[in-house]
Amino acid sequence: MFPSKFDYHRPSSVQEAVQILSDNPDAKVLAGGHSLIPVMKLRLATPSALIDIGRIDALKGISRANGSLRIGACVTYNEIANSGVVQDAAPLLAEAAGQIGDRQVRYRGTIGGNLSHADPASDLPAAALALGATLHVSGPNGSRSVSASEFFVDLMMTSLQADEILTEVEISAASAGTGSAYVKFEHPASGYALCGAAAVVTRGAGGSCTGASLCFNGVSATAVSANGVAASLVGSDLSDGAIESAVSNLSIPDAAGDMFASAGYRQELAKAIGAQALRTARDRA
Amino acid sequence: MAGESNGAAGFGSSIRRREDPELITGRAKYTDDLQLAGMVYCTILRSDYAHAGINSIDTSEAEALDGVLGVYTAKDIEASGVPGGVPVGWLLPGLKTPEHYMLAKDTTRYVGDGVAIVVAEDQYTAHDALELIYVDYEPRDGVADPKKATADGAPLVHDDAPNNIAFDWEIGDKESTDAAFANAAHVASLDIVNNRLIPNAMEPRAALADYNNITGELVLYMTTQNPHIHRLLMSLASLGLPEHKIRVIAPEVGGGFGSKIHHYADEAIASWASMQVGRPVKWTATRTETYITDAHGRDHVTHGEMAIDADGRFIGLRVDTYAAMGAYLSTFAPAVPTYLYGTLMSGEYDLPAIYCHVYGVFTHTVPVDAYRGAGRPEATFIVERLVDEAARVTGLDPAEIRRRNFISPDAFPYQTQVALAYDSGNYIGALDKALEAIGYDDFRKEQAAAREQGKYLGLGLSTYIEACGLAPSAVVGSLGAQAGQWESAVVRVHATGKVTVYSGCSGHGQGHETTFAQIVASALGVPYDDIDVVEGDTGSMPHGWGTYGSRSAATGGSAIASAAEKVVDKARTIAAHLLEAAEEDIEFEDGNFFVKGSPDQSQSLPDVALQAYLAHNLPKGIEPALEATSFYDPANFVYPFGTHIAIVEVCSQTGNVTLQRYLAVDDVGNVINPMIVDGQVHGGIAQGIGQSLYETAVYDEGANLLSGTMLDYAVPKAHFMPSFETDRTVTPCPHNPLGVKGVGEAGSIASPAAVVNAVVDALSPFGVTHIDMPVTSEKVWNAMK
Ligand SMILES: Cc1cc2nc3c(=O)[nH]c(=O)nc-3n(C[C@H](O)[C@H](O)[C@H](O)COP(=O)(O)OP(=O)(O)OC[C@H]3O[C@@H](n4cnc5c(N)ncnc54)[C@H](O)[C@@H]3O)c2cc1C
Repeated sequence: MFPSKFDYHRPSSVQEAVQILSDNPDAKVLAGGHSLIPVMKLRLATPSALIDIGRIDALKGISRANGSLRIGACVTYNEIANSGVVQDAAPLLAEAAGQIGDRQVRYRGTIGGNLSHADPASDLPAAALALGATLHVSGPNGSRSVSASEFFVDLMMTSLQADEILTEVEISAASAGTGSAYVKFEHPASGYALCGAAAVVTRGAGGSCTGASLCFNGVSATAVSANGVAASLVGSDLSDGAIESAVSNLSIPDAAGDMFASAGYRQELAKAIGAQALRTARDRA
Repeated sequence: MAGESNGAAGFGSSIRRREDPELITGRAKYTDDLQLAGMVYCTILRSDYAHAGINSIDTSEAEALDGVLGVYTAKDIEASGVPGGVPVGWLLPGLKTPEHYMLAKDTTRYVGDGVAIVVAEDQYTAHDALELIYVDYEPRDGVADPKKATADGAPLVHDDAPNNIAFDWEIGDKESTDAAFANAAHVASLDIVNNRLIPNAMEPRAALADYNNITGELVLYMTTQNPHIHRLLMSLASLGLPEHKIRVIAPEVGGGFGSKIHHYADEAIASWASMQVGRPVKWTATRTETYITDAHGRDHVTHGEMAIDADGRFIGLRVDTYAAMGAYLSTFAPAVPTYLYGTLMSGEYDLPAIYCHVYGVFTHTVPVDAYRGAGRPEATFIVERLVDEAARVTGLDPAEIRRRNFISPDAFPYQTQVALAYDSGNYIGALDKALEAIGYDDFRKEQAAAREQGKYLGLGLSTYIEACGLAPSAVVGSLGAQAGQWESAVVRVHATGKVTVYSGCSGHGQGHETTFAQIVASALGVPYDDIDVVEGDTGSMPHGWGTYGSRSAATGGSAIASAAEKVVDKARTIAAHLLEAAEEDIEFEDGNFFVKGSPDQSQSLPDVALQAYLAHNLPKGIEPALEATSFYDPANFVYPFGTHIAIVEVCSQTGNVTLQRYLAVDDVGNVINPMIVDGQVHGGIAQGIGQSLYETAVYDEGANLLSGTMLDYAVPKAHFMPSFETDRTVTPCPHNPLGVKGVGEAGSIASPAAVVNAVVDALSPFGVTHIDMPVTSEKVWNAMK
């Protein structure tokens, strides 16, 4: 590959990384490199410097404490998919991470990079939304946290400031009676989600639905949650019929088409995939 | 000799490929791996416009960049006095052959057309400098669709080709065909688009040119399927260097599928650049460059019709095609939608009247040329789709209507209405074997039961014929080829009895080093491990025509067999002399010569070879050494055939098509190495599945390539494929010494029709009669609405 010239920094702490980033406004953070390097190769991105956060230990842990799961930004998909802790506390995330790209991609790509890049067809944003994840961010003025629903702003645009780094993703551990599923309809070329559906449902003592969420990747400029559909399931028995009728009302605002699939088809795909995700989540609850 | 075996490794053995250990351990050297002292790099600035005038090119900033040795445009090539051409090597009557220069002079005609060259000390600088060249373009309208391009008022690619028509070609008999339609009881009719494909050889094209300005010699290492053709065209059309001063070497070549047959500007540019700077120059395409420069494949818009009588017999076939040529005529482009397409319209059927008309059309796109199958997949697709449509309109079962119309096994040789004379075949044999293996009747029951439950299964047949190993040369020449199609070989037995085989073919993944050695092992009775095969270097080979069109076994293998036979003949003469016997009394078995009836007194081939080189005691008139050269010009094409069957399931919710089974029964004649044949079949099927379900080059209305990367262009992945089931029937080719036919393209020729026929079968409850490739989930979903 023949990118434009760039400098390379390899900080060993988040503070140092943030410092370099604020000193170099044209610099870019480098995590797994599996989105950034391809665009640099095509010279669609020409950062003056790369700040490689891949050796910062603080960004690499998975832990669970007090009912909350914390995953460092530089944890790879492969680690997430195979972590017993994640499989137990947030199986949806493990399932989604396990469906990303191929083995090589999963060994390099990171949760922080995936969410920060905010590609509409990425697999993790819908999962993060459906799980109500909290994202922890560090900048020159210290740390702050953002909910996933406020994080994704527009096509490849997040509420991260140019001098901020995503450090950690926090998710409340799944409670009893909760089931989840990530179902992906692959784009045959890229392997990204033509449509990906992340569903979480909780069943009460009698089996009826006490909570549900359903979120999508790939259909519009950002991952979206289909709150209306999910809400209409609460109180239902989650039968196939109930799911079918809830999903029949699904309409994702600003669905977008491209040369491969029209917006209208993606809407229909969302219904089919969404229903499948809900059914599977129900069966697992 | 066919079918004989030499221990575990002769003709017919599934010995593992000897080329693989180097390839899979990374030891093999490809063009881009080569380093020469003083080597520099070249990059090529390419037009971002499908069609634009070039007002001016400012290269000054690029020239000033540190490390840049030179920046050149078409003007510099013209000033150097070289011919500078990129010629077409197949001429048709009335063919328009607008100038194709190594760089665009005043107009760019497709996204990717070369505009300027940078030569620099390192690759990064060479790429950086491209961004410092300023071209003042005057954008014009472009057109990409081959049918729309012929409309009055469509933007012209070349001013001297009105309505963008490069050629207007026909074959068959229009009158008798029209008469058949007038008498038809049924007519099956289809409009189809054969989708444009982008070749994706794993190794991008590359060239390393080393011009010695003292000796005037050029050594050109390049990614080629046919080094001798490149030497010829470099000499005659591009560089003007004498042919004997050019040596073209194909190091390891990582796949081609046709894309490395053609003579492009780029390798000539690297050579010309080396002549300018007096240093070795390397050019390596990026994958992005590959997409906009490697000749694309297919791209037809076709209307086809089949006339059928009341008994379900085919009485006429009429086909009308607009075939894209792209912006310029690539090396063999005019042959692909004509002599490799119209001549195949009889398929496996006894068709009394055929008429095929083709417009070759210039479009503002990457040139289109041979891509695995080249014309024959397009022909097979229209014929096999029409046969299924004929089954539908007559109410006959698709297997039954084929059976009714096949050329019968006792009708060979069979003269078709479209020039070809099929030499042999047993189409019903392959069909029956395939139907039996797939469990046809059971499937139909399963399909009916599944439909009741809202599950849509479909089965598709493709009973294909193909013609490969183009020949004889005189015939090919009379059809317009500016090339011969014979093949050459040298079999050299060394003094120690070890053997080196030289071939004019040039393998790039097919396993010739293995299979050619197997042929010689059986012919000479020499151990397989004692035989090496050398290809791909004009400096050490006799002339040859390379590897493409499934020709290497039939033509190159036959040349090797003939040369080996000459070696045996000479060795027999020497052995008779040594055994003090008459030549007629000498038997040759397992590498030993002996007098009939007394095998214990023998001379082995190595014994004879040693004597041949010592030359102390040779019979009168016999020259020393033991080697032979053969130039083999086949008597006819070879005609592989077979039946492929796909079974698909269509998801009624999403339109997704899943391949459940794929079964191929191929007849490629005698089989040199069954494992390699299976591998070729597998690869071809995968490529055909790619065409039918996933791949398509998308140009927008203005002829900009939208599917310019692998993010959008869907090369199929392993997990999309079922495990293929393969089997064979064996009908030896009657006219070559090995009885072999070709297998490299069979899979990609047969499979698109099998898959699409299966999808249409699955969708028949929805009244679907055709669906264009690639059959994406959205198309299926729309079709089910
Ligand atoms: C062949 C291939 C197939 C793929 N298939 C899929 C798929 O199926 N599904 C899918 O979801 N993705 C897929 N991807 C994309 C992959 O998941 C990327 O890894 C991901 O989009 C980006 O993560 P990364 O760690 O590689 O980030 P990088 O590429 O290093 O960075 C991406 C962007 O995010 C920024 N960034 C990275 N980390 C941080 C951080 N901690 N804080 C702030 N900014 C940051 C970078 O500056 C850059 O702008 C595929 C990629 C490839 C090459």
